[in-house]
Amino acid sequence: MKFPHFTRKTLCIPYAVFLLFFVIIPMLVILFYAFTDRNMNISLSNFVRFFSDPTKLSTIVYSIVIALITTVICLLIAYPVAYILARSKMKKKFVILMLFVLPMWINFVLRVNAIRELFNLLASLEGMEWLSASNYFKTVFGMVYDFLPFMILPLYTTMLKIDHSLYEASADLGANGVTTFTRVTLPLSMPGIMSGVTMVFLPSMTNYVVSDMLGNAKVTIIGKFIYEYFGTDWHMGSMVALVLLIVVFLSTWLSGGFSSEENVRGANL
Amino acid sequence: MAEKIIELQNVTKYYDDNLVIDDVSFYVKKGEFITFLGPSGCGKTTTLRMIAGFDLPSSGKILLHGEDISLLPPNKRPVNTVFQRYALFPHLNVFENIAFGLKCKKVQNTYENVKGERYTKKEKLSKKEIAEKVQKALEIVDLEGFEKRSISTLSGGQQQRVAIARAIVNEPEILLLDEPLGALDLKMRKEMQLELKAMHKRLGITFIYVTHDQEEALTMSDTIVVMADGVVQQIGTPTKIYNEPANTFVADFIGESNIIAGTVVGEKKVRFCGKTFDCLDKFEPNEPVDVVVRPEDIRMVSPEEGTLVGKVISVVFKGIHYEITVQVGKYELVISSTESREVGEKIGMTVAPDGIHLMKPNYTTNIFDGVITKHNTVAFADGEFECDVTQLYPGSYIDEEEYLITASGEKVDLTGMQVKVEVGLNDITISDDQDAGGTMGRIISIIYKGDHYRLIVRTEEEEEDFVFSTEDLWNENDLVSVIIPKEKIKLTRKNLEEKKKR
Repeated sequence: MKFPHFTRKTLCIPYAVFLLFFVIIPMLVILFYAFTDRNMNISLSNFVRFFSDPTKLSTIVYSIVIALITTVICLLIAYPVAYILARSKMKKKFVILMLFVLPMWINFVLRVNAIRELFNLLASLEGMEWLSASNYFKTVFGMVYDFLPFMILPLYTTMLKIDHSLYEASADLGANGVTTFTRVTLPLSMPGIMSGVTMVFLPSMTNYVVSDMLGNAKVTIIGKFIYEYFGTDWHMGSMVALVLLIVVFLSTWLSGGFSSEENVRGANL
Repeated sequence: MAEKIIELQNVTKYYDDNLVIDDVSFYVKKGEFITFLGPSGCGKTTTLRMIAGFDLPSSGKILLHGEDISLLPPNKRPVNTVFQRYALFPHLNVFENIAFGLKCKKVQNTYENVKGERYTKKEKLSKKEIAEKVQKALEIVDLEGFEKRSISTLSGGQQQRVAIARAIVNEPEILLLDEPLGALDLKMRKEMQLELKAMHKRLGITFIYVTHDQEEALTMSDTIVVMADGVVQQIGTPTKIYNEPANTFVADFIGESNIIAGTVVGEKKVRFCGKTFDCLDKFEPNEPVDVVVRPEDIRMVSPEEGTLVGKVISVVFKGIHYEITVQVGKYELVISSTESREVGEKIGMTVAPDGIHLMKPNYTTNIFDGVITKHNTVAFADGEFECDVTQLYPGSYIDEEEYLITASGEKVDLTGMQVKVEVGLNDITISDDQDAGGTMGRIISIIYKGDHYRLIVRTEEEEEDFVFSTEDLWNENDLVSVIIPKEKIKLTRKNLEEKKKR
């Protein structure tokens, strides 16, 4: 019996159709809406309106700052964990890694809800009343909790691939612990840092479920903007989405995520 | 005699519970090219790592210029290492790799201030100094112009050179090389051997080199330390180690050799292969010995002239010489000669007295510590063997309840009694059938002794060794069961305290 023979070209057709309908056309639609006004006339009025409104701009700045703080805290927590786990000879280290990553497998909304309830409980205690009003603190806390695994995993896989003899070589050449860290460990774990940062920074700007539930709807991030605009004004919504896209593109480009060089350490995005 | 630069005193190293270095002591002279040679797992790399400071000895001392450095971290030791897989920093280019050590270094500089007072300052090397030193190191390894190249674009041999440059640029007192040529192809390896040797002469640094390649060790070293099983087997010049191996392990490991069981029959006379030969080593008459004859020390003559006569069973061309295997009675001898012979040809052979080396056999009998169990068997070396317990008490016998009754009629419970177990070298057989014997072990060594093999089987748990002879060919690392006939197990009581049964 003859099997049907698929050339590589025919196999590509379904993917091409998918890309066309779910990536390229929607992008063009967003582009179109972003540069048109309500009467479908091409104009830059959306941009002008948005960037001339100081409250809107400050919200954007707040959103970026929240994302930055979240990313830095995640990095500070995740780096030592990944470093210790990657270098330990412990047989059960996989279990510990699993424990850090396990929350990822539990429903996201459930996790955020749990944290909210915890905060409510704590805020009802004497001396902890300040908690109920510190919306930014709670938002960042929730984001760090939710996005930490996305920082640990790429860091861990990157560090796992660093040849142990490089640390020995560094010590052999007279470097102390600090020098070895700054001149060997840090540069070699850079791809992991980059991919971890990208994987935490972007959702921290767009995932408004956390900020809505933990920030008493007082904390607005870019993602929330887009959501709200699309309820009333697709043109403004598309414009903000486009701005976000450009920010993402720039940050990825700056961190070298697009470098065509073969990525030996593999953890890059 | 040159000054001792580094000395190991009774160094022992355990990894978890495994003994990898067993009470090693030796010293290295300043400026020497010394090689640790041994099969993989013999502890040579661990010894090197302890000198570098990557591993700390479990006990014993490492002295540098007479000062104890056993616990000093690697960055405080004046030694540098060329790693087995080079361990070059992939994120740095050639220049940065070589400059790595120099950038970490601080030197004492003396200055004079305006008043003419002298003062010293610890300073990092200047960029210019670093560049000059790196340039010089690159010249030494013949890699001028490679400064900006990335490590991944270099060939194995070039990476090797960068690794050497990165180590010697720091002007260490000792350069440690951990099988540095292992990853190179044969031709490259030969070239690098000579280059390293030349580099050693030119730099005047002490080289400590680790290899499992005996030819490499013989070519390059001033001194060779032969290691096996975490123990130093012999230390000496290449010539001495080759010509006068201290034991059969060294003889077998260094070069080709015929090892034959023989007996001393008189003043400087030894009998092996059924003939008597003159030799130079002096042993007690009637003593069993291992006779070592190098293949190149056997001379082929006509059958009438030969002390030994045999039939050629194989001829292999090896480039410079032929390797000829000859059957002499039940013995097989290997000869290397520039002349060839026909397979099946009858030839005579002679060996000059200085070509015969006698050594004490390593083992004459296997001795274990055992315990008598409930059922009148003896437990030792991870297993349990049937044995004749009546030999512990002359004239005793076993009654129907399995108690031992001594000659005087006393009833003795032997359970738990500590005994010394002796088993002869010819009384052990092994089997693939894992239930056939009393214990199991892996074959860790096979040495051909002319007409039989000398095997060592090591049990997995207690790591007890069974040494014995067999005519069958086995494979190293096979898991086998050890069979000892009941009547061949010799028991003696360890303490005469007896547990008496009321």
